[in-house]
Amino acid sequence: MKYLGWRLLHGVGLLALLSLLSFMLSQVASGDFYSQLRNDPRISPETVAALRAQAGIDRPFPIRYAAWIVAVSRGDFGYSLAYHRPVAPLLEERIGATLILTGAATLTTWLIAVPLGIWSAARRGKWGDRVSTVAVSLVLAVPDLVLAIALLVLSVQTGWLPAGGKISRGYAQMGSIQQLRDVAWHMVLPVTVLVAGSTPVLIRHTRASILEVMEAPFAMSARAQGIPRRRLLYRHLLPAALNPLISLLGLSLGSLLSASLLVEIVTGWPGLGPLFLEAVMERDFAVVLAVVMLSAAFLFIGNLVADLLLYRFDPRIRTVD
Amino acid sequence: MNRRWRIGLTSIFIALVVAPLLLAGFVAPYPYAEQHREYPYAPPAAVRFVKARPFVEVGGRWCEVRLLPGNGRLFGVAAPCVIFLSGTDGNGRDVFSRLLYGGRISLMTGLLSAFLSLALGLAAGVVAGYFGGWPDWLLMRGGELVMALPWLYLLLATRALLPLHISAVEAFVWPAAIIGAVGWVRPARLIRGVVLSGKERGFVLAARGFGAGHAYLIRRHLLPLTGSVVVTQATVLIPLYMLAEMSLSFLGLGVEEPMPSWGNMLTEASHYHALILHRWLLAPGVAAIPVLLGFLLLADTLLDGRHD
Repeated sequence: MKYLGWRLLHGVGLLALLSLLSFMLSQVASGDFYSQLRNDPRISPETVAALRAQAGIDRPFPIRYAAWIVAVSRGDFGYSLAYHRPVAPLLEERIGATLILTGAATLTTWLIAVPLGIWSAARRGKWGDRVSTVAVSLVLAVPDLVLAIALLVLSVQTGWLPAGGKISRGYAQMGSIQQLRDVAWHMVLPVTVLVAGSTPVLIRHTRASILEVMEAPFAMSARAQGIPRRRLLYRHLLPAALNPLISLLGLSLGSLLSASLLVEIVTGWPGLGPLFLEAVMERDFAVVLAVVMLSAAFLFIGNLVADLLLYRFDPRIRTVD
Repeated sequence: MNRRWRIGLTSIFIALVVAPLLLAGFVAPYPYAEQHREYPYAPPAAVRFVKARPFVEVGGRWCEVRLLPGNGRLFGVAAPCVIFLSGTDGNGRDVFSRLLYGGRISLMTGLLSAFLSLALGLAAGVVAGYFGGWPDWLLMRGGELVMALPWLYLLLATRALLPLHISAVEAFVWPAAIIGAVGWVRPARLIRGVVLSGKERGFVLAARGFGAGHAYLIRRHLLPLTGSVVVTQATVLIPLYMLAEMSLSFLGLGVEEPMPSWGNMLTEASHYHALILHRWLLAPGVAAIPVLLGFLLLADTLLDGRHD
C-alpha cells in the first residue's frame, strides 16, 4: 500500500511537470490560433489583438498556467477556439468513439494472440510454429497505414464493408438495434487494422516468455516427474510466464486512447485522433493540451494497473518488498 | 541455419531491396517532379514481350523499351512515347519514379533519425551510467517525462511547435530531427545499463587503478562494450522511424510536395477517387513492405543472438 501511494505521488508529479513543460512549449510555438487572421487584409491588427485579449492568450505566462491548472482541477479543460465550444464535452464524445474502437481491438488481439502464442511455443520448431513465425514477421512488416488504405480499396471495390466513417446515412431514423449493428459494421475495418498491427507483437512476446520458462530448471524437474504436457503448460508454465504479459497488458490499457490515431484518421472515424490532428494544424492549444494530458494520464494508469497486477500475481515481486 | 548465415542473407536481402532506392537517379525513368500533363492518372502500362523484346502500350501504340537509352537512365522509351510502369498521379508524374525517389527519402529519414537517436542516447546513457548522481537522476527523470506521452502524440505535438510550411530542405531535415530527438530514451536506458555493469568489470577497475582518466576509460573501455547494443538498436529503430516518417508525411506534417516520400504519396492514395479508380497510387505502400521486412528480420536475428 505504501508502494501504491508512492507510485501515485510519482505519477502526479510527472503529470504536473509534463503539463508545465507542454504549456511552456505551446508558448514558444510559432503562431497561435489567430495567426492566420493576420494574413487577411480585411481584418485589422487591432481586431486580432482584441480577439486574442478576449481569448486570454495575451496574458503573461504564469497567470495563464495558474488559471489553467485551477480550471483543470475542476474538470474544465478550457475553450476550443476552433470548435467554439468548451473542450471537455467535445473530448467526451471523441473519447467514447475512440474507446469503443480500441477496446474492441484490444480484446480481440488478446483473445487471438495469447492462445496462438502458447500454441506456437508448445510446438516449437515443428512446421506449425515455423509457419506462424514467418506469418507473424510478414504481418509485422505491413504498415497499419498501408493495410488501412488497402482494406478501404477492397471495401470500396466489393461493397462488403462501409468505406470509412462511423455511421451510415439515415442513422437517426434507425431503431436502436439497427443503430448498434450499423456502428459495429463500420467498426470492422478499423478494428481489423488495429488487430493486425498489434497481434504479431503479442504473439511473439507470449511465445518468447513461455519458451523462456520452458527452459527453467523447475520446468525440467516437473517434466521429469511425469506431469502431463497439458497440465504442465497451463498450471506450471503459463503462470510463471505471465510477468512480461502483464506489463504488456498495462501498455495496451495505457494506449487505449492513442493507439488508433492514424487508423482513425485514415478511415474517418470521429475519435480523438482526427481531433488532435486538427488541433495541431489549427494551433488550438486548449485541445492539444487536454489530449496530451489525458493520454499521458492514461498511459500512467495503464502502467500502474500492470504493476498492481504483477504485485498480485507474481509472488517473486512481493518478496522483494 | 546458423546465425552468421542468417545475418548475411538478411543483409543481402536488404541491400537488394534498398539498392534501387539509393540508385533512384539511375533506375527511375523520369525525375520525380517531371509532369506529363497530358497523362493525368494514367493506369500502369501494359508490358508485352515480342521475341524477347519488351514493348509498352501507350494510347494504342506499342513502343519498344530500351535498356540504357542514353539519357543516363537504366531504361526508357523513345521521345513521343512514355513509360509509366506504375501509372501516374493527378499531375501526370510517374508513380514508379516517384516511388523510388520517395523511398530514398523515407530511407534516409529513417537512417538519419536513427543515427541522431543513437548519438543522443549514447551520450545520455554514458553520462548517466558512468557518472551517476544528479546527472543520472536528471536524465532518467527527463526520459520518464518523454516516455509519459504516447509516441505519435509526442511527434505531432513537437511538430506543432514548428511553422506549418517550411522550405524543401527543411521539410526533409526537420521530420528526421524530430523523430530522432524524440526517440533517445530507449537507447539511453539500454546503454546506461551496459555502462553501469561495464564500469564494475575487472579490466575497467584495473585501468582506473592505473590512473586512467574519465575520458580515456569511456572512450577506450566503455564505448566498445556498447557496440552490440548500438548495432541492434539501429536495426530496430530504422524500420520504426521509416514508419514514423510515413505517418508524419501522410498527415501532411513531414516531407512536403513536390518532394516525394512514401508517406506523402499515400495521402493521395487514401482519397476517395483513388480508392475507386486509381488503385495504383497505393504502390509506395506495397514497396515499403519488403524494405521494412528486411530490417525487421535483421533486427530479429540480432536480438535472437542475445540468448545464445
